[in-house]
Amino acid sequence: MTAVNAAGWRPAIGEAGDAPPAVATMSGDRGLMLEEPLSFELGAPGKCGVDLDEPEGAPVAGLARFLRRQAPALPGLTEPEAIRHYTRLSRQNYAIDLGPFPLGSCTMKHNPRLNEKVARLPGFADVHPLQPQNTVRGALDVINQLAHWLVTLTGMHGVAMTPKAGAHGELCGLLCIRAALEARGDARSVVLVPESAHGTNPATAAFAGYRVESIPATADGRVDLAALKGRLGPDVAAVMITNPNTCGLFERDMKAIADAAHAAGAFVYCDGANFNAIVGKVRPGDLGVDAMHINLHKTFSTPHGGGGPGSGPVVLSEALSPFGPLPFTARTADGVVHLVEEEDAEAMGHAQGFGRMSAFHGQMGMFTRALAYILSHGADGLRQVAEDAVLNANYVLRSCEDVLTAPFGASGPCMHEALFSDAGLADHFSTLDVAKGLIDEGFHPMTVYFPLVVKGAMLIEPTETESRAGLDRFIASLRSVAERARAGDESLHSAPRFAPRRRLDETLAARKPVLVWQGTPGVPGAPALSEIGGS
Amino acid sequence: MRYLPLTEADRAEMLAVIGAATVDDLFADVPAQARLDGPIAGLPLHASELAVERHMTGLAARNLSAGSVPFFLGAGAYRHHVPASVDHLIQRGEFLTAYTPYQPEIAQGTLQALFEFQTQVARLYGTEIANASMYDGSTACWEAILMAGRITRRDRVVLSGGLHPHYAQVVRTMAKFTRDVIDTRLPELQAEPDDIALISSIDGETACVVVQYPDILGRIPDLAAIAEAAHARGALLVAVVTEPVALGLIEAPGHLGADIVVGEGQSLGVGLQFGGPYLGLFGCREKFVRQMPGRLCGQTVDAEGKRGFVLTLSTREQHIRREKATSNICTNSGLCALSFSIHMTLLGGEGLARLARINHARAQAMVARLTQVPGVSCLNDAYFNEVTLLLPRDARDVVRALAERRVLGGVSLGRLYPGVASLRHGLLVTATETTTDEDIAIFAAELEGVLA
Amino acid sequence: MPRYFTQDHEWIDVEGDTGTVGITDYAQSQLGDITFVELPAEGSTVAKGDSVSVVDSVKAASDVYTPVSGTVSDTNAALADEPELVNSDAELGGWLFRITLSDPAELAGLMDRAAYDAFVAEL
Repeated sequence: MTAVNAAGWRPAIGEAGDAPPAVATMSGDRGLMLEEPLSFELGAPGKCGVDLDEPEGAPVAGLARFLRRQAPALPGLTEPEAIRHYTRLSRQNYAIDLGPFPLGSCTMKHNPRLNEKVARLPGFADVHPLQPQNTVRGALDVINQLAHWLVTLTGMHGVAMTPKAGAHGELCGLLCIRAALEARGDARSVVLVPESAHGTNPATAAFAGYRVESIPATADGRVDLAALKGRLGPDVAAVMITNPNTCGLFERDMKAIADAAHAAGAFVYCDGANFNAIVGKVRPGDLGVDAMHINLHKTFSTPHGGGGPGSGPVVLSEALSPFGPLPFTARTADGVVHLVEEEDAEAMGHAQGFGRMSAFHGQMGMFTRALAYILSHGADGLRQVAEDAVLNANYVLRSCEDVLTAPFGASGPCMHEALFSDAGLADHFSTLDVAKGLIDEGFHPMTVYFPLVVKGAMLIEPTETESRAGLDRFIASLRSVAERARAGDESLHSAPRFAPRRRLDETLAARKPVLVWQGTPGVPGAPALSEIGGS
Repeated sequence: MRYLPLTEADRAEMLAVIGAATVDDLFADVPAQARLDGPIAGLPLHASELAVERHMTGLAARNLSAGSVPFFLGAGAYRHHVPASVDHLIQRGEFLTAYTPYQPEIAQGTLQALFEFQTQVARLYGTEIANASMYDGSTACWEAILMAGRITRRDRVVLSGGLHPHYAQVVRTMAKFTRDVIDTRLPELQAEPDDIALISSIDGETACVVVQYPDILGRIPDLAAIAEAAHARGALLVAVVTEPVALGLIEAPGHLGADIVVGEGQSLGVGLQFGGPYLGLFGCREKFVRQMPGRLCGQTVDAEGKRGFVLTLSTREQHIRREKATSNICTNSGLCALSFSIHMTLLGGEGLARLARINHARAQAMVARLTQVPGVSCLNDAYFNEVTLLLPRDARDVVRALAERRVLGGVSLGRLYPGVASLRHGLLVTATETTTDEDIAIFAAELEGVLA
Repeated sequence: MPRYFTQDHEWIDVEGDTGTVGITDYAQSQLGDITFVELPAEGSTVAKGDSVSVVDSVKAASDVYTPVSGTVSDTNAALADEPELVNSDAELGGWLFRITLSDPAELAGLMDRAAYDAFVAEL
C-alpha cells in the first residue's frame, strides 16, 4: 500500500482526564459557557420569524400536478429565538476578532470593517448580474480597478477575475495552460508538483486531465532544481510551484526554474496563496511566472466566514492571457468599462478564451472588500504589509526555536510563516498535543501535519496585523506548551479542557456518518442534557 | 497606517531579537535584481477610511440598484427580502472572522450551523443527505455531473434545453478538458418543456440527464417521468434548482426520483451582489456519500460523551487524496451557507411554503397585468415566480429602452442566447414578495410605451 | 498454506490458484483507526501492482496494491459495516479480497514472514 501515514497524524480522542466538575448545573450551562441545542430541537412547526401575509387566490391550474404535498419538515423560530440561537452558537467559535489565527498557509489577517460597510452599499449589494450594462458601470469599474491593481502588483499581463476560490483559480490557470498548448498543437500530459505543495495542486492538475508527478525537495526545504531539470521534457505541460513555499521559504531558484521550464516548452504555474509575504517587494511576473492565483482573503483581507466564500483571481502572462475565461471586463479607449461575454469575445480580441467557469462574473462581494483594503494601504502600505508579516514570522521563529525544532531554521530567514516539527517532544507526545494545549491557552492552533515533507509539522503564520504585545503573549504560551510536551506532562493528552468541547471522536464520525438531523419537528425526542452538553 | 500595529520601535527591537540588521535582510532569498526598492510607481499611496469610503460610494452610485426602481430580473439570481437579523448575525465577528473549522473544539458554532444547514438543504431538496455547500449553482451542477460519471462509470451527459445557458456553458467548458460527451439543445418556445424528446436522448451510455426545475423559461418539467426513464437505462437524474423558494410550492426533486439535486441558494439570505458570492447547494442519496465533492459536517461525541460536530469523510478531499480526490474544491461558501440557514430558520418549512405562495401570487398578478399590454403574451401554462413573455419585437432592445425609463424589466432571451433568432422575442420576467402592485403598474405602462 | 508479503505491506495467502489478500498488522498499526475500506469490483481483472482497494483512516487514505495479477473473485463483505476488523484482525478476519492468480510465478518475487519482519524492523 502507499506510504503508511508519512505525516505522522494520528487523531486521538485523548483521555477525559479530570473528573467532571463537582458542581453540576441544572441547565447544563456554566456561567458564560452556554450550551445550545439544534434549531430543530428549539423550534416548532408553524412558528415563523418573518411576517407573511396570507396569499390570495389559488395557484395557476397548470401547476396543480406539481404541487408539493408537504412543506419541508423544518421548524421555524421567531426573531428573538433565532437571534439567541445563533448568538449562543457564535460564542462557541474562535475568530480573528478574538485572537491570532496562526494557520500557516491558510491564515486570516484582521478583517477591516470598512470593507464590510462598502460591500453592503446598495449600489453593489443590490445589483443583479444580468442588468443592462449601462446600469452597472460602477460595478464593472470595481472589477476593472481591482484587476489593474492585481496585474500591476504582480507584474503580469492580464487577470481572470471569475474564479470563485483559490482552487478554482488553480483550475483556471491550468485550463489556460492547456488551451495554450492545444492552440499550438502540443499535447502534453504531465504536470510536475513539488512534494510540499498544497493538496489542491495535484487535485487540480488531475481535475484538468493531467498526470501528476512529484518533484523532490532539497534538504533545505526548497525545490530540487537539478531533479526538476532532469524531469522536464516534451511531455511536461506545466510546473506548479508555490512561492513562497509551504515551508515558509522563498524559492531562490524561481527564475531558473521558470527559464528551464520555458526552454522545455512548459508553462509555470505559481500557487499564490502566500503572496501576502511578498506583495510590493517582488513581482512574480519578473520571475517568469505564467499564471498565479491570489487568495483574496489571505492577502487582501476578505473575511473567511468559517470556510468561505473565497475568491481566486488568476494573473496571467502575455502568453496565457489570450486563453483566459469569459466573462471579463475591458476598458475601451473612451474610458468605459465593458463586460465581455461570449457574443463580444471575438470583437474584443479574445476569440481563444477557454470558456466560462461559473454562471456570472466572479465574487463581486469579495472584490469590493479587497479593493477597499488595497486602496486603504496603497502601494506603500502593501509593501509594509509584506515586511511586517515576514518580520512577525521571523520573530516567532527565533523566539521559539530553542524549545521547538525548526527543521529549516538554519536555512536562513523564513518568509511569512515559521515551520517547526515534533522532533524533540517526549515519547508519545505529538504535534496534536501541542495544538490542543494551545487551545487551553486561549489560542487557535497553527496548521498541523502540513506540509507533508516534515513529520509532525507545525506551521505558524502570524500575519502583519498582530501587535508585538499580542505576539509576545502567543510566544509565551507556545513556549510553555512546548516545554510541557518536551517534559512529558501527561495532562496535555487530555487537552483541551477549557474549550466548549473536549477532543471529538472523529473515528466515530467517519465510520457511521450522521450528516443530517433525523428527528421530527415538534416531536419531543429532545436530547438529554448530557447529549447536548449538560453536565 | 490604521491596520498595522507594529511601531517603528517594535520593528527595531524585533529585528534585534531576530539578529537581522534591516527588514530587507529577511528578504535575502529574493534575488536582488527582482527586489523592488520602493512602492511600485504609478499606484496611489495609502488612503484614509474617509477617502476610501468616498471613492467606493462614488462607484456604487454609478449603479442602478434593484431596490431603487421597479425590478423584474431573475434567470438564476433572485431578489428576495432578507430579514435584518440575518445580516446582523453573520456580521458577528465569531462567524464572520472564523476560519475553516479545522479545530472542532473551538469551532462548534460554525460546525453546528453547518449541520443544521445540511439538514435544511436535504429536507428542502427531498434528498437523504446534503453537503456543506459549493461555490455556486453552476459549479455545483458540473460537480454533480462528474459525480454521476464516477458512480455510473459512463461519460455521456444529456443536458435539458431548459438548463440555464450559463450553467450549460460551464459544463461545456469543463467537458472540453475531461472529454465527457455533452448532448445539449436549445429551449423551444412552447408552453411545456419537451420531456419526451429529452427522454428519447437518454441511452445506455448516459451517465446522467441534467434537468433544471423550474427551467430557464419558468416551466416545470415532469421530473418523475424523466427519473423513471433515466433509471431504466442505468442513468442518474441530476435536478438543478436555481430558485430554492420554488420548493416551498412545488414538489421536492428528491421525492420525484432525482438522484442528485444541486442548485443555487442565493435566494435565501444572500442577496444579488452582482453575481457573487453565491451558494451552491448539493444533495444526494446517502449511498453516494463517498463520491460526493466538498466538505461534510458530521455528528459525533467528545471525550466526555457530549454531542459535537466535526468535518468528516475528508479522505474524499484534496488535502488528503491529492490527485485522487473527488474534487479539487477546498473552500465552501460558509458565510453564505450561514445566511441561507438563518433565513431558513426564521421561515421554517411552513413559512417557506407561505413565502412561495406569495411569490406565485405576485407572479400571477404580474402576468395578468403584463399580458394586457397589446402584443404581449405569456408562454407558460405552469410557472412559479418567473415566466417567459413573448413580445412583438426584439426583447433585448426593449430591456435597454426600459432601463432608460428606470425600469429593470427582466432578462431578454437575446442576452442569454445571443444570436438565436428564434428566441429573440422572449423576455424572462420574475416577481417575488418584494414586487408591489405599483411596480407592476409602472412596468406595464412603460412596456406599453416602449412597444408603442 | 503459504503466506507471502510485499514491501507495500500487503499479505497474500495462496491455496491452489486462489489468493486471499489483506494488509499487515504493522500497516494497520501505523494507520490508526480504519474508518472505511473501498473494495475492488468482483470479476475485475487486475495486474500486479495495480491500486485495487483503498483503506481510509480519519486523516489518511492509503491505496492497496494487488501483490499478484488475476481476477478478483470475492471481497470481504463484513468490512462494509465493520471496517474496524482491519484493525482488530488485519491478518485474518480483516482480509480484503480474493483473487484467482493468472501468473503464480509472480509469487517468487514476494517475501516470506521472516523477510518481511526483517524489512519492517529496518523501517
